[in-house]
Amino acid sequence: MPRLPDTLRYWFLVLPALAIMIVFYIWPLLGIWQISLTEPTRGLDNYTRMFDSSAVTTSFILTFRIAFKTTIGCLILGYIVAYVISNFAGRVKPLMVALVLLPFWVSVLIRSFSWIVLLGRSGIVNDTLISSGMIDSPLRLMHNEFGVVLAMIHVMLPFAVLPMLANMRGISGAYVDAARGLGASEFTAFAKVYFPQTMPGVMSGALLVFVLSLGFYITPALLGGGRILMISEYITYQIQEFLNWGLGSALSVGLLVATAVVIALAARFVNLRSALLERK
Amino acid sequence: MPDKILTIANATKRYGPVHALDRVSLDVEEGEFLTLLGPSGSGKTTLLSAIAGFAPLTEGRIDLRGRNISNEPPEHRDFGMVFQGYALFPTMTVRDNIAFPLKVRKRPASEVRKRVDECLGLVQMEDFAERMPAQLSGGQQQRIALARALSFEPQVLLLDEPLSALDKKLRADLQWELKSLHDRLGVTFIYVTHDQDEALSMSDRVVILKDGRIQQQGVPDELYKFPRTRFVADFLGKSNFLDLPVTAREGDEMTCRIGGTNFPVTAPGATASGDVLNVALRPERIRLGAPGQELLDGIVRQVSYLGERCLVLVDHAEVGPLMISQPTWKAEVTPKAGLPVSFGWDVDAPVILEDGAA
Ligand SMILES: Nc1ncnc2c1ncn2[C@@H]1O[C@H](COP(=O)(O)OP(=O)(O)O)[C@@H](O)[C@H]1O
Ligand SMILES: [Mg+2]
Repeated sequence: MPRLPDTLRYWFLVLPALAIMIVFYIWPLLGIWQISLTEPTRGLDNYTRMFDSSAVTTSFILTFRIAFKTTIGCLILGYIVAYVISNFAGRVKPLMVALVLLPFWVSVLIRSFSWIVLLGRSGIVNDTLISSGMIDSPLRLMHNEFGVVLAMIHVMLPFAVLPMLANMRGISGAYVDAARGLGASEFTAFAKVYFPQTMPGVMSGALLVFVLSLGFYITPALLGGGRILMISEYITYQIQEFLNWGLGSALSVGLLVATAVVIALAARFVNLRSALLERK
Repeated sequence: MPDKILTIANATKRYGPVHALDRVSLDVEEGEFLTLLGPSGSGKTTLLSAIAGFAPLTEGRIDLRGRNISNEPPEHRDFGMVFQGYALFPTMTVRDNIAFPLKVRKRPASEVRKRVDECLGLVQMEDFAERMPAQLSGGQQQRIALARALSFEPQVLLLDEPLSALDKKLRADLQWELKSLHDRLGVTFIYVTHDQDEALSMSDRVVILKDGRIQQQGVPDELYKFPRTRFVADFLGKSNFLDLPVTAREGDEMTCRIGGTNFPVTAPGATASGDVLNVALRPERIRLGAPGQELLDGIVRQVSYLGERCLVLVDHAEVGPLMISQPTWKAEVTPKAGLPVSFGWDVDAPVILEDGAA
């Protein structure tokens, strides 16, 4: 039997996945592009409206700001978690990794609702604070940016931890030992020797969390309570409430382009980093 | 008598039930080249780490010029260390790697620059200052690790199997370089290896470790000539092991018997009593001759040609097979498998071992 050339054989292997992507992803996406340019009239109307609308601008800025805060929060908490797991966990390491992965088994919806249970006007946190006499009237813990960012940090944390964990796993303890043997204090050894080596992990974690946050819907929608409109929710409003498919599609394209720009910028940065750090 | 720079007393390190080090006591003299030699898992790295301060001892203490440093963190000990995998910092250039110990000591920039250049010269790597470690070969990385460990002029240099990842030829070259570096700088070297050739060729003194214990220590020649245990005789070079029945004894002079042949053995200060001597016999101390020419007769079983010498395995009815090493340039007989030969040795060739024949 004649054998197919190797490259062709590999194409056959990816064909099913490729077909699904084209039919269910690329095709609708092209549809969105088309709608954004044709509804209700042909032309760039939707895009000019998008750039002129101050509400849209506000929502985009809000989206980037929340994504940024979420990313920073996830990096700080995630770095500590990954660092402890990699360097000090010893025998409980598998358990700790499992705990990091555990949230993936619980739907984002449930996790977001549990934040409502915690942060609501008569939620657990407010109840506890009032009954202990620390405050008189309930604090506004959700339906504002604070609540959204807090819940998003929680939901996104594993996406920050996992790349950093993978990166730290590859860093031998000998480097920090070497630094200390050469006269560096514990802190200097961390700051000058360990931390720079974790930059690729930090960068990929940051990119992952930031990009996922930009398009995130469920958590901001639930915790924002209609007051904190991130761009995904804004799009939903346009399409579901106002049946404004044209503007909604244009916004989607805008979000897609913005995300692509972020990835393109970051990918250059990350690649540059990992090229510098290449190890045999 | 030279001063002691380090005194290790009763160093013990336990990992759970494992004794990585078991009551190791050792003096290190100022300026000497001391080698810790032992098979893998014998505790060499553990001992070196304890000296460097990475692994606190379970028991025992380490003194540096009479000051107890057992509880000092590594950064206060001022020892240079070359790690098994070199541990060059991958995010720093070669120059920054070598400058690292100087920068953390807050030396002025001009001095750092000058000293780094000196150290690069010391290991003949002047042209590689701006490279990243990943762009260097194994041998080059090894030199940079050495330069980095020496840049701050440490009192002691600790080296953990620095050559084990390199190929044989390069290893031989670097052995000479390390030795001459030691002689030029006068720094105390504590060198860890599992390679007996390395240990014998470079060291002023060798300490042999096994299962976390010191088996024997001494200058290379003495260790090679007078191993006290079967382990040492086997680990340092090759040995034949014989159990010789003693037929007569007069002070240090004994008579032993193999088959029907009696022969004298001198055992200076031997404590061995009883009727059987456990002796080690170096292959190169055994002479090979035509049948009847030497003490015992045998038959060649196998020959292995190694260039400057050949190894001959000889069968004998009572003892054997015996490994005999013969210089190829002065062979009395040209050994061939199946050839009848005779073999013998000088009175002082057999070394009496302390431990049993186990
Ligand atoms: N961190 C550790 N945890 C548990 N056991 C260890 C550890 N380090 C070393 N050991 C054990 O201690 C013994 C000596 O190890 P090591 O000093 O690395 O030997 P060597 O360097 O001579 O090969 C070995 O049995 C090893 O398994
Ligand atoms: Mg070792």
